[in-house]
Amino acid sequence: MKKGLLFIFLLLSGLFAYPAPAAAGTGSGESHDEAFNAGHLIIDHIVDSHEWHIATIGHTHITIPLPVILIDQGKLHVFSSSKFHHGHDAYKGFKIETERNANKGKIVKVIPGTMQTDSSASKPIDLSITKNVVGIFVSFLVLLFIFFSVAKAYKRNPGHAPKGIQSVLEPLILFIRDEVAKPSIGKHYEKFMPFLLTMFFFIFFTNLIGLIPVFPGGANVTGNIGVTLVLALFTFMMTSFSGNKSYWQHIFNAPGVPWWLKFPIPLFPIIEIIGVVVKPFVLMIRLFANITAGHIIVLGFISLIFVFSQISPMLGYGVSVVSVFFAIFISVLELLVAFIQAYVFTLLSALYFGMATEEHAHAEEHH
Amino acid sequence: MELVNPGIGLIFWMALAFGLLLFILGKFVWPPVLRALHEREQSIELALHEADKAREEMKQLIFSNEQLMRQAEEERDALIRDARRVRESLIEEARQRANDEANRIIDNARERIHFEKMEAITELKNQIAHLSIEIAEKVLQNELSQPERQKEFVQKSIDKMNLN
Repeated sequence: MKKGLLFIFLLLSGLFAYPAPAAAGTGSGESHDEAFNAGHLIIDHIVDSHEWHIATIGHTHITIPLPVILIDQGKLHVFSSSKFHHGHDAYKGFKIETERNANKGKIVKVIPGTMQTDSSASKPIDLSITKNVVGIFVSFLVLLFIFFSVAKAYKRNPGHAPKGIQSVLEPLILFIRDEVAKPSIGKHYEKFMPFLLTMFFFIFFTNLIGLIPVFPGGANVTGNIGVTLVLALFTFMMTSFSGNKSYWQHIFNAPGVPWWLKFPIPLFPIIEIIGVVVKPFVLMIRLFANITAGHIIVLGFISLIFVFSQISPMLGYGVSVVSVFFAIFISVLELLVAFIQAYVFTLLSALYFGMATEEHAHAEEHH
Repeated sequence: MELVNPGIGLIFWMALAFGLLLFILGKFVWPPVLRALHEREQSIELALHEADKAREEMKQLIFSNEQLMRQAEEERDALIRDARRVRESLIEEARQRANDEANRIIDNARERIHFEKMEAITELKNQIAHLSIEIAEKVLQNELSQPERQKEFVQKSIDKMNLN
């Protein structure tokens, strides 16, 4: 009961974290005259950002400025993102692109002395600690903290029943080992266990932290395609490096396939190579799309309140009841999705490892 | 399309953080955890196996107990049978011995009786001899009371004697 109340409180407090409505609702600011745009709000909220926005009260943005690290023509620039004044100012010849084009939210160079984007200049390499990078670090620290204490618990009382957080995580560890790794990989499963466990818990915990609406949670980390790209690349590299001879043979010279499919046009190898690339690509898209979709739906329900309140404030109040109810419902659903997506990513990775290490002792049986 | 256009910085930091996480957890956390789980499972399996074995042994023990019991019963029966036989043979022997003794006693008695009888007969014979002599004396006294008869008797006796 207490935990339920806390959850609802966090959800409601999250309402203040959604930036644009408050600014747009007042409608009297010099640059805030535009009508409330739910699409812009949602997109601004789920993409990466150079500052961590917490709330906007009136015209005051409450944000946590994050360090900007740029490498421009061999020179390193490190400064706080507060120098940009939420995108209103340029600093050292750089600014955050505010136009809604391909570079929106990225750091670009300006024509000296103006706020105009210098489209002819090369873009700086942006290694800034952005909101999502902080989110990654938060997950990183949470995982380290939790799993070091779990490992210590295992070392402290070996051979005994698990206690505390250890007993919460042990079923998950066993689940990954017995239901994911063993059936998918087979006898070589032990080699992949650290990778699968790290992958599963990183995705699961990051998904959960992403559901907390307030700092330090709420960053849409696993709903960012860059993050899922890296995760999928790790799986891809693990698969490729652990692939045995028969795995590569099946790709480049599959036994039992007519020779004219391989020569002179290597049709079959090309299809196989496409398959190898598509597998991690699908992993990347699935996780990104699922988590982003969850965030979009929650934000969509919250945005409904402001859309309706622009028609009539009373309508806004009325809709808010329904919207908050649905937002809570979707958030609870997202708890489930957080687990399922971590599980699916890990399971598919394990299946790919299983394919890579499968031993075709009876190769002819497969065809 | 900023949604599918990630920053290079994010990819860099993500790769770094995840790689580091993979390394740290893979080196310091997962091996001891997995080892501990494995060891615990093994010890549980061992305990179960031992319990099974103990149960099997118990069964064996009960079986051997029963066998022992049956053996003891058989032995007891045999003993009783033996005892009965011994008893019977003892009784038989005793009877035999008693019989023999009785026979011996009877024989003894018979012998004694015979002996006594002989003695009595001898006594009787002596008595008769004695009486006979007495009668003879009386007869002789009676015969020889007359002098001619004495003479005749002496004559006869002298006739009978061969003087050589």
